Amino acid sequence: MYKTNYHRASSVEEATSLMAGADDGKLLAGGQTLIPTMKQRLAAPSDVVDLRHIADLKGISVAGNQVTIGAGTTHADVANSAEVRSVCPALADLASHIGDPHVRNMGTIGGSIANNDPAADYPAAMVALNATVHTNSRQIGAADFFTGLFETALNDGEIITAVTFDAPEKAAYQKFPNPASRYAMAGVFVAKGGGGVSVGVTGAGSDGVYRASDMEAALNTNFSSDALDGTSVDPADMLSDLHGSAEYRANLVKVMARRAVAAAS
Amino acid sequence: MANISMTVNGSEVSGDAEDRTLLVEFLRNDLGLTGTHVGCDTSQCGACVVHVDGEAVKSCTMLAAQAAGSEITTIEGLAGGGDLHPVQKAFHENHGLQCGFCTPGMIMAATDMVRRHGASLDEATVRTELEGNICRCTGYHNIVKSILAAASEMGGAQQAAE
Repeated sequence: MYKTNYHRASSVEEATSLMAGADDGKLLAGGQTLIPTMKQRLAAPSDVVDLRHIADLKGISVAGNQVTIGAGTTHADVANSAEVRSVCPALADLASHIGDPHVRNMGTIGGSIANNDPAADYPAAMVALNATVHTNSRQIGAADFFTGLFETALNDGEIITAVTFDAPEKAAYQKFPNPASRYAMAGVFVAKGGGGVSVGVTGAGSDGVYRASDMEAALNTNFSSDALDGTSVDPADMLSDLHGSAEYRANLVKVMARRAVAAAS
Repeated sequence: MANISMTVNGSEVSGDAEDRTLLVEFLRNDLGLTGTHVGCDTSQCGACVVHVDGEAVKSCTMLAAQAAGSEITTIEGLAGGGDLHPVQKAFHENHGLQCGFCTPGMIMAATDMVRRHGASLDEATVRTELEGNICRCTGYHNIVKSILAAASEMGGAQQAAE
């Protein structure tokens, strides 16, 4: 790891001013991606601003149908939240399968979506749940938030404070994890709510997370696995690497979608 | 360079370290606590697992500065006096190790697992939750056996105390 300067922020405002004062600063949430990336010298920020001690960024609240999850809430806290499990068990289930138990104790939902790794789990849920990403300056709909591989609509130094969404009537997430890294090679989050069915796909698309609109149309007509038989996934839109070809991933997306619909409750 | 203070195994400690120092480097190089191992150094193998404020984390994936002010427990801090911790004892009795390199991380992960699940811990859960700890010798069989034995002893002891 190259040299860096560590700063600990106790408020979002302090983090903003620390970032403004840094030459090439990076926000540090749980650090489960950033620290390994810095160790490999793939990232070399002049400064890191630690958000983990900002109490305002942590916590889960459910008011009626609306779920609010602070950006600094760990995957373990989402997985173990009785509130999340009661209104949207699919999201608690998703969180319980990110990384491993030790990673889940550090990694956060804000960090995950800000990084927008094309194989991360949370982005699929965010787009399928039509979640709103709250930052220190604005609100961004999930559809506009994720803009490409490791790219988001966030401006430099902009800090995610929370995500909100309406709990769906039914939802489920199914992923096929890479046997070594455990990252999704295809992960599909299906949600059925007042606005119809939405399907978020991660791990597979060559532009990162996306909504599978033809699957959504089929499921809006008939919410069953069999409804997906007539849909197809174009390998031209899929990632292709040593772990799996585009054709393999295209098939996996469909298989995971079928499983997610069958599991949705 | 900053002066970093934390509580390690119940004692207040401090040391001067660069901001880029990893927690595992601080524990091993500055504090001489070499029981915590570095296996892969890429956040995968879990040999470096310690408890930070009561939760299992990978100390190769955290800066020492991030842990400043926290309470850390390492493998050296588990045993009380001359007695092995029940999880250590269970690994000893069930031959839960061969070369022993992964063992500190296995035991810290197991302790965290037993704390969260108690006596209700079952084999499937143990195997799932060992996802972040890699052993290249044992095939996991005796590690799982050790953790279940410890859970049953510690859970039983907890129930007796209640």
